[in-house]
Amino acid sequence: MKHGFGEFAEEQPMAPVIPLNTGAGEPPPGNGSLEDRLAAGLSFLRRRLAGDYEVDEFGYDPELAAGVLLPLARALYEHWFRVELRGLENVPADGCALIVANHSGTLPIDGLMLQVAVHDHVGRDLRLLGADLVYQVPVLGHLSRKAGHTLAHPADAARLLGKGELVGVFPEGFKGVGKPFRERYRLQRFGRGGFVETALRAGAPIVPCAIVGAEEIYPKIADLRALARLLGLPYFPITPTFPLLGVLGLVPLPSKWLIRFGEPMPMDGYGPEDADDPMTVFNLTDHVRETIQQTLYDTLLERGPAF
Amino acid sequence: MPSATARVVLVTGVSRFLGARVAGALQAEPGIDRVIGVDTVPPTTPLGRTEFVRVDIRTPGIAKVISSERVDTVVHLNLVTSQIGPRPKMKELNVIGTMQLLAACQRSPDMRKLVVRSSAAVYGSSPRDPAVFAETDEPMEAPSSGYAKDVTEVEGYVRGLLRRRSDLTVSVLRFANFLGPDVDSPLTRYLRMPVVPTVLGFDPRLQFIHSGDGAEVVRRMTVEDHPGCYNVAGDGVLLLSQALRRAGRPSVPVPEASMQVFGDLGRRFAGLSGFSPELLRWLMYGRVIDCSKLAAELRWRPEHSAESAFTDFVRAAGGGHNPSLEVFDRLVGALGGRSPATTSHGRSGPRFGGPRAAPHENGAGR
Repeated sequence: MKHGFGEFAEEQPMAPVIPLNTGAGEPPPGNGSLEDRLAAGLSFLRRRLAGDYEVDEFGYDPELAAGVLLPLARALYEHWFRVELRGLENVPADGCALIVANHSGTLPIDGLMLQVAVHDHVGRDLRLLGADLVYQVPVLGHLSRKAGHTLAHPADAARLLGKGELVGVFPEGFKGVGKPFRERYRLQRFGRGGFVETALRAGAPIVPCAIVGAEEIYPKIADLRALARLLGLPYFPITPTFPLLGVLGLVPLPSKWLIRFGEPMPMDGYGPEDADDPMTVFNLTDHVRETIQQTLYDTLLERGPAF
Repeated sequence: MPSATARVVLVTGVSRFLGARVAGALQAEPGIDRVIGVDTVPPTTPLGRTEFVRVDIRTPGIAKVISSERVDTVVHLNLVTSQIGPRPKMKELNVIGTMQLLAACQRSPDMRKLVVRSSAAVYGSSPRDPAVFAETDEPMEAPSSGYAKDVTEVEGYVRGLLRRRSDLTVSVLRFANFLGPDVDSPLTRYLRMPVVPTVLGFDPRLQFIHSGDGAEVVRRMTVEDHPGCYNVAGDGVLLLSQALRRAGRPSVPVPEASMQVFGDLGRRFAGLSGFSPELLRWLMYGRVIDCSKLAAELRWRPEHSAESAFTDFVRAAGGGHNPSLEVFDRLVGALGGRSPATTSHGRSGPRFGGPRAAPHENGAGR
């Protein structure tokens, strides 16, 4: 059973999911009088104070995400990174799909930008899969859940795809996001192909996605391994501005971004049993990886200079 | 499917909220001849047709009751979740009590059915586990302390019994946290604190089951045959912050390291049970269980969602008014605006209420 975004608020008979109140919480778009906006803002605040909103089983709080979290990211998206999109028609308008993207930038800001892109221009919620480290860190863990993300675990991914959701995944993980600047735009190993197994089991098409621009936001030129180990982090980056300028060094460099969605790869020719065939999984993983790598090079040429 | 045997049902833990409710429901069943309730303390509420036997299930006395009364169904609800006395005593009540009871069940030729109250605590709480647990999922880190560890062991013994007595119908129920007007648990005591401490930087996802729905599940499992292990929780999920706002409870975020101090203060001065390690982890990472297997098997869903179970509890606890909301409304009123409480629905209805099917800000590409 496939659910479009519009059908989202309807009762789903078997899935133990509370219906999302998709209508609420969208802040009024720019038009409308100041008074109306004030009233809408106050009623939003009042609902938050009263706890009068709903979250789903993953902790996704659509009202908070659309009303607070995404607008913050949108400011970066529109004015700082000036993100441009290509191949939007390749993102399915309904039904489950797995968006597979390259990961870079030292801090995983590319995930947020991808979420804003899909939310604003496709009109769907992108459910990202994050590392378990995210959920161990105070504040970050529950904000990530409220934004609609969840743990990169096959069970979570399968559950989301089973509900017809659009799921985003970065198979490179920390190897990708924390790679040194000299290796920019070179894809790292794609985990163990777990995302392909999940897509095969769910029969979800894979949408390859290349994100250009995130590599330059925090160029990681060195890594303090000892300090990272001490803090329990996968790496401790040194960038031209961090930790030299302190907190100011956390401001990302304003690179120009281009996000390109490739043609969806349907899993029609395969069945769920192919998920248990390692050779099929390896081949598909390689195919997805090569497609993204090629798209990355093409998009990089199209973008031109980074700033 | 109703089973045909004439029924003598033994309910353990009958003096507590779940046992009392289940005994009350079972004695109204025409197919059940006798309901025998056992516990170590006398019941506080009248049990009606249920015969009360004061016996400690840790002693061989329980075996005598089972054999002499020809008990064919045992409903084991005697799970101690709050640490009132020392921890070894709690463990003994939970684990040794269950071992003794199961030994008696294995010996008895009349035994047909066993219904066991377990807990969703067997899944633990950790940031490395999937967001939702199904019955077949194993946690990354098995619970290592408190009643969570006890229920894990209890389930192990139940599986052992099933191996040796494969003719028994065994149902294991993994309940989410109980809430209801009659429930007294570490959770309800936590929620009743004058100022509720939360762990700084964490906002767990919580599920609740109303005590009435819990008793109904146990009743159905007892009068019908549904062998297997089932997750039991009301529909929906509440975040802790959201639940506290709805209840109008003042809360204060406290660093994890200081939570224990808070719990100890509470134990010393307010008669609370402190924060056990598994409660503390639950307050950090939360837990959600998938109850679709139960819904499919019983063709029934709990009447109360997590939200309404919580509301019911708050109403019974005498709360419900939200001071911060009242201050907010008064402020807005003083500023001369219309109160958003009265205008929000009318205003937001036509503008934001409709389904957001069409892509908005349909700018680039499409």
